[in-house]
Amino acid sequence: MKGLRLENLSFLERGPYTFTVESGQVLGLHGASGAGKTLLLRAIADLESHDGHLWLDQTACSELSGPQWRRRVAYLPAESLWWYDRVGQHFSAAPESVWLQQLGLAAEVMDWEVNRLSTGEKQRLAILRLLQNRPHALLLDEPTASLDQGSIGRVEEFILSYLRQNSAPAIWVSHDPVQLARVAARRMEILAGGEMREQA
Amino acid sequence: MNVIPLGAFELSLASLLVFLLAFLSYWHRLEIERPLLIAALRTVVQLSLIGLVLNVVFTTVNFYLVALIWSVMLTAAGWEVMSRQKVRVKGAGRFFIGTSSMMVSSFSIMVLTLTLVIKVDPWYSPRYAIPILGMLLGNTMNGVALAMNTFSGLAWSRWQVIEQRLALGETSVEAIDDIWRESVRTGLIPIINSMAAAGLVSLPGMMTGQILAGNTAGEAVRYQILIMFMISSGTGFGVILSLWLVRRKMFDARERLRLRESFYRIESAGSKK
Repeated sequence: MKGLRLENLSFLERGPYTFTVESGQVLGLHGASGAGKTLLLRAIADLESHDGHLWLDQTACSELSGPQWRRRVAYLPAESLWWYDRVGQHFSAAPESVWLQQLGLAAEVMDWEVNRLSTGEKQRLAILRLLQNRPHALLLDEPTASLDQGSIGRVEEFILSYLRQNSAPAIWVSHDPVQLARVAARRMEILAGGEMREQA
Repeated sequence: MNVIPLGAFELSLASLLVFLLAFLSYWHRLEIERPLLIAALRTVVQLSLIGLVLNVVFTTVNFYLVALIWSVMLTAAGWEVMSRQKVRVKGAGRFFIGTSSMMVSSFSIMVLTLTLVIKVDPWYSPRYAIPILGMLLGNTMNGVALAMNTFSGLAWSRWQVIEQRLALGETSVEAIDDIWRESVRTGLIPIINSMAAAGLVSLPGMMTGQILAGNTAGEAVRYQILIMFMISSGTGFGVILSLWLVRRKMFDARERLRLRESFYRIESAGSKK
């Protein structure tokens, strides 16, 4: 069975959640603030302790170490943090220049100081930083919340083409129903109690 | 030993200076005279008591008595390390992490020194074993307290960065590496500084004492060098060991950060030193 599979996943008195995101498919997730969207992504990335099972394709989360799982099932937090002075220090190798171009980033951005970056640049670079590990699945928490209208389309297109090329499943959290309609074939809502509801 | 004997008269002469300082404080309303006099009194009482104890211990070479004194020293050092932490491990670990690291590093270095370097017979002879452990523990304690406080304090304030690094697939060791290295360095800087300044700025207390007690300067210097090497390595091993133990408490088996679950923060600690 291919894709990202949750089986009775429960954590912090939420769940159990059972659903599958198939390879190449985007599951759009929305719901009120505090409903637990971020928690769910963190649990799937194995950053929260949980019960139940997680699979990526044939591999169970429990077969891998935490870091190995997180390199394959990559979680993009809503706000990106940077801990070195220069952008390039956060990258093990400079990202392909095509990628920089596609995201509208300058070729020399790797030499820049982090505190020179705008919020939007940080967010786009955070996506590149996440894709360094060539993850097999993406968990995106509001990936375009801090971007201007022009960049939003670019980032959407970039992420979707990565997913297509790697036939990777993704969960995309957004407050914007119009965006989810654009990027996600399938949409779910988390209600305040943590209950999940499939939407037509 | 041909040191000039000090009697009650000589000491009361010196105490006049303390009284003079207390009077000055009173005159200028500095309000420091009370703590000053109390601290001076504590020095007299505590040192006199330990002098009595050491007199007994030094004359009776009894392993169990020496071991008892070692444990008292170690417990006091462990307590001191714990009370200097702003962010502490929950449960008994808040006392035992520091204490066990100091025990492993200070005790093993003390035993090595007594048996292989100085070759005292028997190796637990209190005249050597107690002052040496005292010097080792005193310095290791400072290093361990400083390093642990830096480590857990930095992790507490930079937890979001650690989490993001974990989310990017870094291992727990990688995600906290820069904080770890900074903390080890912080713990070791005081002893490195005092090795660097030894002889130029400061004449270390033990060496001065030996010279005053009539030993040749050469002998005193060689003992001081030995002590400095032991202290620096003891501090280093103690610091590294304690930070390993603290780091293990910070992450679970799946390498998730467990800072809020396993640690707590004292709001008003750090007033001491």
